Amino acid sequence: MTTPLPSQPRAASPRAGRGLQAGRTRVALLLLVPMLLVLAAVAGYPLLRTIYLSFTEYNILTDPAPKWIGLGNYWFTTEDGVGLGVLQIPEWWQSVWNTVKFTVGSVLLETVLGLAFALMINSKIRGRGLLRTAILVPWAIPTVVSAQMWNWMYNDSFGIISDWGQRLGFLEAGQSFLSNPDTALAALIAVDVWKTTPFMALLLLAGLQTIPSDMYEAADVDGASKWTQFWRLTLPLLTPALLVALIFRTLDALRVFDMPYIVKGNAPETITMSIYARQELILNSQFGFGSAISVLIFLIIMVFTAIYVTSLRVKFD
Amino acid sequence: MNSKNPVVRTVTLVFFWLVVAVVLFYVLFPFYWAIKTSLTSSARLSAEALQWFPGAPSFQNFRDVFTGAPFGRNLLNSVVVATGTVVLSLLLSVLAAYALGKFRFRGKTILMYLILAVSVFPQIAVLSGLYTMIKTFGLYNSWGGLILSYMIFTLPFTVWTLTAFVREIPTELEEAAYVDGASPLQTLFRVLLPVMTPALVTTGLLAFINAWNEFLFALTFTTDASAATVPPAIANFTGASQYESPFGLTMAASVIVTIPLIILVLVFQRNIVSGLTAGAVKG
Repeated sequence: MTTPLPSQPRAASPRAGRGLQAGRTRVALLLLVPMLLVLAAVAGYPLLRTIYLSFTEYNILTDPAPKWIGLGNYWFTTEDGVGLGVLQIPEWWQSVWNTVKFTVGSVLLETVLGLAFALMINSKIRGRGLLRTAILVPWAIPTVVSAQMWNWMYNDSFGIISDWGQRLGFLEAGQSFLSNPDTALAALIAVDVWKTTPFMALLLLAGLQTIPSDMYEAADVDGASKWTQFWRLTLPLLTPALLVALIFRTLDALRVFDMPYIVKGNAPETITMSIYARQELILNSQFGFGSAISVLIFLIIMVFTAIYVTSLRVKFD
Repeated sequence: MNSKNPVVRTVTLVFFWLVVAVVLFYVLFPFYWAIKTSLTSSARLSAEALQWFPGAPSFQNFRDVFTGAPFGRNLLNSVVVATGTVVLSLLLSVLAAYALGKFRFRGKTILMYLILAVSVFPQIAVLSGLYTMIKTFGLYNSWGGLILSYMIFTLPFTVWTLTAFVREIPTELEEAAYVDGASPLQTLFRVLLPVMTPALVTTGLLAFINAWNEFLFALTFTTDASAATVPPAIANFTGASQYESPFGLTMAASVIVTIPLIILVLVFQRNIVSGLTAGAVKG
């Protein structure tokens, strides 16, 4: 959620005096140097290092130095025909598939629910101020905390949700939605939806508030029903805000690590791409192989970002 | 809702309040449940886990949380790391935002693209590179290592938001300072900074929340329980003995770190909403 939202910068004031601008490039560069140095140290260098390591075999605990093996971490078949590259390993594809399901499920539900919340808060019903304040609560709760809260509610024997599920006949005694591999991912999506819908609602609410109210008055005069007004007026005008929110949430969901990791650890039915990468890097000390997974995740995210920047025609200046 | 029929009006009204009540329940219940659990002592937890109200509210868990694990130390680590992150990233980004918002030079657009690109970097993509770097410089298990690594997600955000704000400040202010013979740094700190206070509060607060909540780096770059920040500590909570369910303690710890955050968010809710949505709607 730290991702800056695009499109706010506008052209600098044309009134800026020419005399003031002369010879200022050097000053500007000096002002930028500290920030650029830090970014190079924490983003640029580590990224290059990760890419380099992905072409090497390097167990950080036993190997003295990385050994260059080219594309071996990505694709390598032994003489016996066993595929050892990331792209040949079912566990990687399992994590990709889990992440895709998690992303599609959570982003769709968050959008629909967030839109409903936003419409409620934007309507003239009483208590909308209360609603707006209340939906900030899940957003304010740290992800780790919300993961543990839901973990407790999902607990097999003492969890309130398991109790409801067992009473309603969805679960057998002593079972929970988390312990069942078929429902575990859906249970995690529910946690993410609870936590992130408020963020979606706030973004969409800001979009709704830019729609001038006289448009609705005109529609009323023309006799359009509220339903027609929503589909013909609200939704088309909300599309830009909706797209931005959707894409930012998608990027967040594709990177997800903390909540599924805290609730389910490295369990195969819920392992995400990021969890798989960390498992190979840190738990198995495979810095070469793990870096290859990291690079793949990076490429996926960058492709998405490129599509987004071009399709929305983000302008900077 | 504009119907003149009083029955229809009443039904609609009741329906709407029902929906509001359902939404409020959905949004608030999990946190209520955490508070309720935290007030149930571990001895009574298995018997009272499913009761809607604590049978005998006790603060035992809140006391125990500070005796078993180094939770007080974790809190201190979180405060120092989050504060340090905010101070460092605001300082760096105020300088950068002045350059990006008020100066014209070639390559600015590319720079803005680059900053946007860094802001979508998946943290996992730099994990192995950062890990070896942090080991090499001896920053493992230290505040400095975490503060430095957190720059990757706070800095692009603060630079971007502050740049947008600086751009909106009238150039006359700067020109007046220039005429009076002020250097660029004097102009920035004496003239522009006071005007920027609201933007600094909003971006600082959001950066603080993100640093406070960060999990992956904190988990990976600390191994000592006493060097960890709050998120990995809460994720790894175990009971005082292996036979004790840790959930009462975990919920107490969760409530302790969440209450200040909720108060902060509610107090600054207008700033936060505007900070989150800045520019998102102009499309």
